[in-house]
Amino acid sequence: MAEVKLRQVVKMYDETPAVRGIDLDIADEEFVVLVGPSGCGKSTTLRMIAGLEDITGGEIMIGDDVINDVPPKDRNIAMVFQNYALYPHMSVFENMSFALRLKKAAKDEIRARVENAARILDITELLDRKPKQLSGGQRQRVAMGRAIVRDPMVFLFDEPLSNLDAKLRVQMRTEIKKVHQKVRTTTVYVTHDQIEAMTLADRVVVMNGGRIEQVGAPGDLYHAPATKFVAGFIGSPAMNFIPCSLEEAGQGLRIRLTDDIGFLVPEERAGRYRPHAGSGKLCLGIRPEHVLEQRSQLEPNQQVFEVGLDVTEPMGMDTLVYFRVNGSEVCGRVNPNAGARPGERMKLVADLNNMHLIDDATGKVL
Amino acid sequence: MTTTAQTYAGAAPSARGGSITRNRRKVLILSYVFLVLFVIFFLTPPLYMFITSLKTSAEISAEVSPWWVFSPTLANYIQLLTSPVYLTFFRNSILVSTFVVAITMVVSILAAFSLARMKFWGSATLATGVFLTYLIPDTLLFIPMFKTFAFLHDLTGIEFINHWWVLVIIYPTLTIPFCTWIMIGYFSSIPKELDEAALIDGASYMQLLTKIFVPVALPGIIAAAIFAFTVSWAQFLYPLAFTTSTDQLVLPVGIVTTLIKGDVFNWGQIMTGALLGAAPPLILYAFLMDYYIAGLTAGATKG
Repeated sequence: MAEVKLRQVVKMYDETPAVRGIDLDIADEEFVVLVGPSGCGKSTTLRMIAGLEDITGGEIMIGDDVINDVPPKDRNIAMVFQNYALYPHMSVFENMSFALRLKKAAKDEIRARVENAARILDITELLDRKPKQLSGGQRQRVAMGRAIVRDPMVFLFDEPLSNLDAKLRVQMRTEIKKVHQKVRTTTVYVTHDQIEAMTLADRVVVMNGGRIEQVGAPGDLYHAPATKFVAGFIGSPAMNFIPCSLEEAGQGLRIRLTDDIGFLVPEERAGRYRPHAGSGKLCLGIRPEHVLEQRSQLEPNQQVFEVGLDVTEPMGMDTLVYFRVNGSEVCGRVNPNAGARPGERMKLVADLNNMHLIDDATGKVL
Repeated sequence: MTTTAQTYAGAAPSARGGSITRNRRKVLILSYVFLVLFVIFFLTPPLYMFITSLKTSAEISAEVSPWWVFSPTLANYIQLLTSPVYLTFFRNSILVSTFVVAITMVVSILAAFSLARMKFWGSATLATGVFLTYLIPDTLLFIPMFKTFAFLHDLTGIEFINHWWVLVIIYPTLTIPFCTWIMIGYFSSIPKELDEAALIDGASYMQLLTKIFVPVALPGIIAAAIFAFTVSWAQFLYPLAFTTSTDQLVLPVGIVTTLIKGDVFNWGQIMTGALLGAAPPLILYAFLMDYYIAGLTAGATKG
């Protein structure tokens, strides 16, 4: 078990920067997920920790040792790849025991460790099979088994579920979480799927353009995103962004979306937002789940507005409604019995307790 | 309603299936016509060799149909297989081919692995260079080789002409470039993650080659080995140029130089010798053909 520390880590491919100086501390036994769009540098960062990419600048430490120039095999890490990377000519047992056999471990110890890992992953009956005789989910389990057998200080996962179908992905996600709860090995997990990140991580690291946008617990990223990028990336359907202006309204402040629609800013936020009143480009961020159908009993800071619906999407548990406000498409999540119909006008409620005000110029959430 | 649905359900596939079948039949007939022509063209000479090998010299020169054996005899086979000279040719051919295949495989596997995977400065250019050397015709090479051997002889005192083992030095110049090229292709098709997994698992580059690449690329290695064997077994020009003593000759040259005496062609024995000489590659192909087709990499990654 060990901590992983990244200090001003930089990766350049010729003149092109892939990772632009990131700092990250991963605690012992922690499950950290690096998430971001394609090309954000998350996989490169993971591969630098693994030793599969040279580090252009900065330091990476596992435990107390700087491992910049240590070859992958001496870093005491194990990695699970997106395409499993099982050795096709070896049985499951041979795949899982390969690292131990290279180390010339005792036969009894090898058998005991492989069988223990197989039990954890429920693949004991597959030990004699070849990879091509396994389904995608089973292959991924074997790949994880190969990692567990080595009892490494750090597990590295590089988009391990991307090749699985949707149902299996959800199943394996739970499986990975269970395994981590059992073995408690420090884990760095890369994915582009924010739901995977939210469900698995102790802490999520959102990356964009080779930099870290925000690090935090899944709930923190969801409720208190630091930037517009994080606000838009985390959560599905994505957060709505509506251009707005901030105006004085007596003692308080009002967010003006259109001539007809304006919301009073919750009192506790007024002080924080006031310096931005009347200033340049602002944007209201509000999640679909905070745009609801009109209710008889409104809670404080829930405000009614009326719009014409463009599209409705019944999801079963609730219905997504789409409409336009100030040139932006907005999504709301209403009760399926609320009678939402495309082409009709509907009264909706904005829950401003969960609103975000974003400075469009800096991309920061105010 | 049900009837209509059934009619449509039944009609649509059969119409589509019909046109596919017709199309397929046309293509199949055409394929068979060409295949039969191909088979006749290529199997007639061996058949003629086989028929002639069962004839006596008298029958061969008699004015009867050359496509039928009137009094079959195994005399040609018995004479050749009990002739020490022919057996020496056979032994020399086997020795040369075995050593050439071994040397070729060791060199080309190592070369291909380093060129395909251990990216170093100039590796891409070198890989192209390897292939370009294969394009130089061997007829252009044997005179410079003579000069080289003469130079080496002056330098070391070792006689490089008229020994069967000289062929073991020469043939790899033909086999290594092509085999390396085949192996580069095979090694490149192995997913990169397999190397990375093995490196993380603690394998050295040599272990990566012997424990992962060689077993996974076995079909390619066998294909390359068969190629090297065929080239060295059938090579005619180099042994003709570099070996002259009867005890140093290999089969292709041996048959021609010893069984044709002046202007007397011993056709029965020539055909028998050639047929027996063609047997080892045929047997090799028959046993190892499956490896050409086997896809061992299936299951390594997604799919």
